[in-house]
Amino acid sequence: MTVASNETIDNGVAIEISHLKKMFDDFVAVNDVSFSVKKGEIFGLLGPNGAGKSTLIRMLCTLSRPTEGFATVAGYDVLKQDDKVREHVGLVSEKMIMYDQLTARENLKLFGKLYNLPKDVLNKRIDELLSFVRMEKWADYKIATFSTGMKQRINVIRALVNQPEILFLDEPTLGLDPQSTAEIRELIRRINAENGTTIILTTHIMVEADILCKRIGIIDHGKVVAIDTPANLKKLVSGTEASAFEIEISNLEPGIVSSLQSLSSVKSLVQEDPTRLTVRANGNDSFDSIVDNLRKNGAKILMVKNLEPSLEDVFLHLTGREAREKVSENGNPKRRFGPHGRRRNARVR
Amino acid sequence: MGVRNIARHSLWICWKDLLEFSRSKLRLIMLVLMPLFMMVMVGFIFPSGGSTISDQPIALANMDAGYNNNFLGNTFVAQLNVINNNTGMMDLSTAKDFGSIKSEIQNSKVAGGIIIPENFSSNILTGEQGYVTIVIDQSNPQMSVMIQTVLSKTIEAMGEQMAIHSLNSTYNVSIIQATSMVKPYNVQIRSVPEGNTNYFQFVAPGIIAMVVMISYEKDMGTLDGMLVAPINRLSIILGKVMAQTIRGMLQGFIILLLAVILFGVVVQGNILLVVALIVLTVFSFVGLGILITSFTDKEETATMVMMTLMFPMMFLSGVFFPLQQMPSYMQTFAHFLPLTYATTALRKVMVLGADIPAVATEITILVGFGVILLMIAVPMFKRAMSR
Repeated sequence: MTVASNETIDNGVAIEISHLKKMFDDFVAVNDVSFSVKKGEIFGLLGPNGAGKSTLIRMLCTLSRPTEGFATVAGYDVLKQDDKVREHVGLVSEKMIMYDQLTARENLKLFGKLYNLPKDVLNKRIDELLSFVRMEKWADYKIATFSTGMKQRINVIRALVNQPEILFLDEPTLGLDPQSTAEIRELIRRINAENGTTIILTTHIMVEADILCKRIGIIDHGKVVAIDTPANLKKLVSGTEASAFEIEISNLEPGIVSSLQSLSSVKSLVQEDPTRLTVRANGNDSFDSIVDNLRKNGAKILMVKNLEPSLEDVFLHLTGREAREKVSENGNPKRRFGPHGRRRNARVR
Repeated sequence: MGVRNIARHSLWICWKDLLEFSRSKLRLIMLVLMPLFMMVMVGFIFPSGGSTISDQPIALANMDAGYNNNFLGNTFVAQLNVINNNTGMMDLSTAKDFGSIKSEIQNSKVAGGIIIPENFSSNILTGEQGYVTIVIDQSNPQMSVMIQTVLSKTIEAMGEQMAIHSLNSTYNVSIIQATSMVKPYNVQIRSVPEGNTNYFQFVAPGIIAMVVMISYEKDMGTLDGMLVAPINRLSIILGKVMAQTIRGMLQGFIILLLAVILFGVVVQGNILLVVALIVLTVFSFVGLGILITSFTDKEETATMVMMTLMFPMMFLSGVFFPLQQMPSYMQTFAHFLPLTYATTALRKVMVLGADIPAVATEITILVGFGVILLMIAVPMFKRAMSR
């Protein structure tokens, strides 16, 4: 497959968002959001459920009308040229867009026909897409007979029948088992790498955003609070705080601990269990001085791990709150915040 | 975009809907079973023509004190027993007085009672009317009305027989003359259409109209995929409407076939007109389905709203009972329900063999209703889709 269409002026921008706002009655779901996404990028929108990620995506897909502001997608205005936008985007929404009683091939065929693809082109493309996700064997089985992971693979390639320049994925791994989650993440990478498709992805899972996205926009309460590469976002945290180490020592004696504590660079020290310490220290040579000190006292070091700040820390740093998604990541994806999340999700169905 | 694209897209959406429908075995089975159950249920619960009550437990209190050693109450009871042996209507038991009948009714031992009062013989033999009291169970209004009617008729008939015999024996009038004196009017019944009709004949058109009405498309849940495709919103509506119409027609046909084959329903009118009316019924309700999906958020909510609307319509549109049986304000209300007109029109054509002019009013109203509903529903749907 190749990248489709170059009709618009190639300025390297796939999506341009300017002061976009969406209100549901009195509730502000998306609040004055502006940013742009480059062509070929995997861009992540990270935030808790109900933060406004889905609403933002739906506006960009022309499924929801912005209350204020404007946006161009693939060079077209989402309000004035919605049909043009639609030709160039694909959407994998939170709820699978598929008909259970139809086979994989029939589902793909229906959507291909809605994009006016001629029969032979469509048939060829369906075969390509099915082999792309290694589902050729299952082409003529009903979706209802598939596992969730298989369904999601079909769901993703369904959004690719029109060879979109830009693919929107709204929580693509929600409710998948770990193996399927890994598969879908790999698939997203391949779509981006092999077809050069620009990908906008929403997720509330920090790790997912971290490993997949080139850039991440952190969104909370409808506002984008930071946009940068994962590495730069993490620097926001590490620049202000000491570096942290996790150290495992087999003969962890009180003398070793107190000696380490007396070091000037060590800011805090917590003994996690009989053999493990978490040490926070300032300065560039803090690692050396800590290890030297331990050696001097005859400590047998089993392991030293540099605790890098995670996006979790970034989120906490930016919003002043715990990323509330731990519950969700442990298999409770239904958690919502405030009335808006539930309402919006219900409405758009 | 163009009209050709709209047509093509809507055909594909219709194809999808029908394919989906044909794949769901359970829905197909229900498609046949539901109307079948309906027909069987209503056909047998509501009796067809005349009284069919039998073996009703009735308490009889003969309190007649007699007059000059003449006990006419006993004669009455004997006569009643003779009649009852022929018809098998009642299961007679003896009771003491009103009080004991009342307690038996309260204990559900009897369905009603007959009281022959103390002065029964004395009244009749002194030239007055003899009274017989019928006690009915108000907790079962329908049955009590039936028992009341049947008992009254039986007792009246007994009175007539007695009068005829008195005339014959006292005044030497021939039995025929006496009969014409006591009962100068006799009633004969002729029906349109000729021949025996049954309740199925009455109820089948209504059930067709009703089932066709229910067959709307609830599944609008995965619309996002279509909405994000560069197609006109109208294609979605058109496609769904087409699929629904075809499905409704199929359903209507199945019921019609079942009614004819299993329940001996005869279609008196033009079968093509029946088909056209079925299509028209689907059309007049299509807007309602779209409207409901536009302002409900979930499939379940839509189903619930639909059911809430459907239920009163089923009972108020004359599907099961003739409209004329309802109180006048309810009849007025029924005239605002499209199902009323669908049922009436189908019934006229199927039972009475009416032609197009005879159902022109109903057709006009159904078309009007469909158009108005669609005019409201389509913009609502379009708006709801771009929220």
